[in-house]
Amino acid sequence: MITALSRIIKYGIQIFWRNGWVSVATILVMVLALLVFHNLIIFNVLTGEVITLLNDKIDISVYFKNTATEDNILQLQDALHSLVEVKNVEYISQAKALELFRERHKDDEVISKSLEVLDKNPLLASLNVTAKDPRDYSVIASYLDDKNLSEVVEKVTYNQNRLVIDRLSNMVGTAEKAGLIATIILAITATLVTFNTIRLAIYSSKDEIGIMRLVGASNMFINGPHIVNGVIYGIVAGVISLIIMVPVILLAEPYVSVLLPEINLTAYFSANFMKFLSYQLLFGIFLGAASGVLAVRRYLKL
Amino acid sequence: MIAFQNVSKAYANNSIAIEDIDFKVTPGEFVSIVGKSGAGKSTLLRILIGEEKPSKGRVFFGAAEVNKLAPKELPRIRRQIGMIFQDFKLLDTKSAYENVAFALEVDGHAQDDIKDLATQVLDIVGLRDKRHNFPHELSGGEKQRVAIARAMVHRPAVLIADEPTGSLDRINADEIVKLLVKINELGTTVLLATHNDQVVNSLSRRVITMIDGRIVRDEAKGKYVLA
Ligand SMILES: Nc1ncnc2c1ncn2[C@@H]1O[C@H](COP(=O)(O)OP(=O)(O)O)[C@@H](O)[C@H]1O
Ligand SMILES: [Mg+2]
Repeated sequence: MITALSRIIKYGIQIFWRNGWVSVATILVMVLALLVFHNLIIFNVLTGEVITLLNDKIDISVYFKNTATEDNILQLQDALHSLVEVKNVEYISQAKALELFRERHKDDEVISKSLEVLDKNPLLASLNVTAKDPRDYSVIASYLDDKNLSEVVEKVTYNQNRLVIDRLSNMVGTAEKAGLIATIILAITATLVTFNTIRLAIYSSKDEIGIMRLVGASNMFINGPHIVNGVIYGIVAGVISLIIMVPVILLAEPYVSVLLPEINLTAYFSANFMKFLSYQLLFGIFLGAASGVLAVRRYLKL
Repeated sequence: MIAFQNVSKAYANNSIAIEDIDFKVTPGEFVSIVGKSGAGKSTLLRILIGEEKPSKGRVFFGAAEVNKLAPKELPRIRRQIGMIFQDFKLLDTKSAYENVAFALEVDGHAQDDIKDLATQVLDIVGLRDKRHNFPHELSGGEKQRVAIARAMVHRPAVLIADEPTGSLDRINADEIVKLLVKINELGTTVLLATHNDQVVNSLSRRVITMIDGRIVRDEAKGKYVLA
């Protein structure tokens, strides 16, 4: 069995070499399909990260009137905490708000000076509410609306990042759909090209196939090498497309790190290298084997 | 061991290639099938190895009814039937030895066996010294010997030769026929399709004569007579 298998693989490799430039062209088309597939994965990862980052930046702030007591504030904090949608409620007292303000403007003399002149703290105490899921902000906002809080609450600001995020998600979704369609079209093209290449290979080895039949070769010896040939296209294309990705990642890295300092593309790529390699190989092998099986079924009826 | 029972074959274009063929071959026989070109000899042989299906009748090889076998059972039958042709059907890119070894490789023989068996049959056909030559480095007669070696390497019960001397000169043709006789004497049944009268007349073995797809004569020590 091992002998048979290694011989079938050997014949497959021979057919691969014999096909010469036709093999090269076939691999190029497959590489193209794999690259689009590959970039789709990376795009998906990047946009996923961006959306998570943006989601973390949304919150709702409730600002309290000067007349509100600390009890009023803590009560509302407790009430908000008990909502299932709420992840965290941060209390920022007037003193804390001033401290943060000072900290932020410590280099601005005009502001620092004018703060010193004031005898009263001009800032408001607030609660910063973050939700477990960005979609829950509307629930929290309407909760705050319903409760009649006008006695103590000065204003509720709902950070409008949400809108941006929704738009971005939609755009990403559309882009991903387009990428997926491109991948499917290219995969079909690659399969057809490979199918045709294998058809040619079958045609050009018809003497050999005739002799194999004549001497009573079992069918796997006749079929197998052509399927192996297809699989070789897949493996070579998988490896080449991954090699092409390395400079692409290195070139893209500076741009990505300007836009998204939180993401290290190279680190991500190297950490997931084996995963990428196996995806590419699996996808390539699948395309190649499918083409091989189709061609053999069509042109090598036994 | 071989039996044709009322076998007819019409090709797709409705031309009748053979009609009502009925004969038996017992183990160890040397049978010549003679007839003009187009008489149906090749069709008959192709039906025997399962490459064509008969339109009517039954064909047996041993216990197996050839035309009822599933495609995946055919290889086993073909390893029991060696076959050679007028045009040798060797692979140009392989040496004599590799051509013979190929037949063993593709049925999964172990590498060591292949070396022994291939060397042995090349010895028998007298090509030990030229085993590393490629087909273009061999004469017609030598190429046919390589083909015979390849056909015999599975130790088939039957050797089928379809016009084996068709592209050989007189001397080489005689050599090949001598080799076929030798193989037959060593126990292999031989079926020889030919329209070479000298070859047939020199043999004085069983002769089946075909005209227009029908058997017109079947004689134990026959001569080449087409009338
Ligand atoms: N594949 C085929 N398709 C159609 N007709 C065929 C085919 N092979 C042979 N024939 C016809 O069948 C008849 C017998 O041919 P064949 O068996 O090759 O005869 P022989 O070998 O005696 O020369 C001929 O008339 C030939 O034209
Ligand atoms: Mg013929």
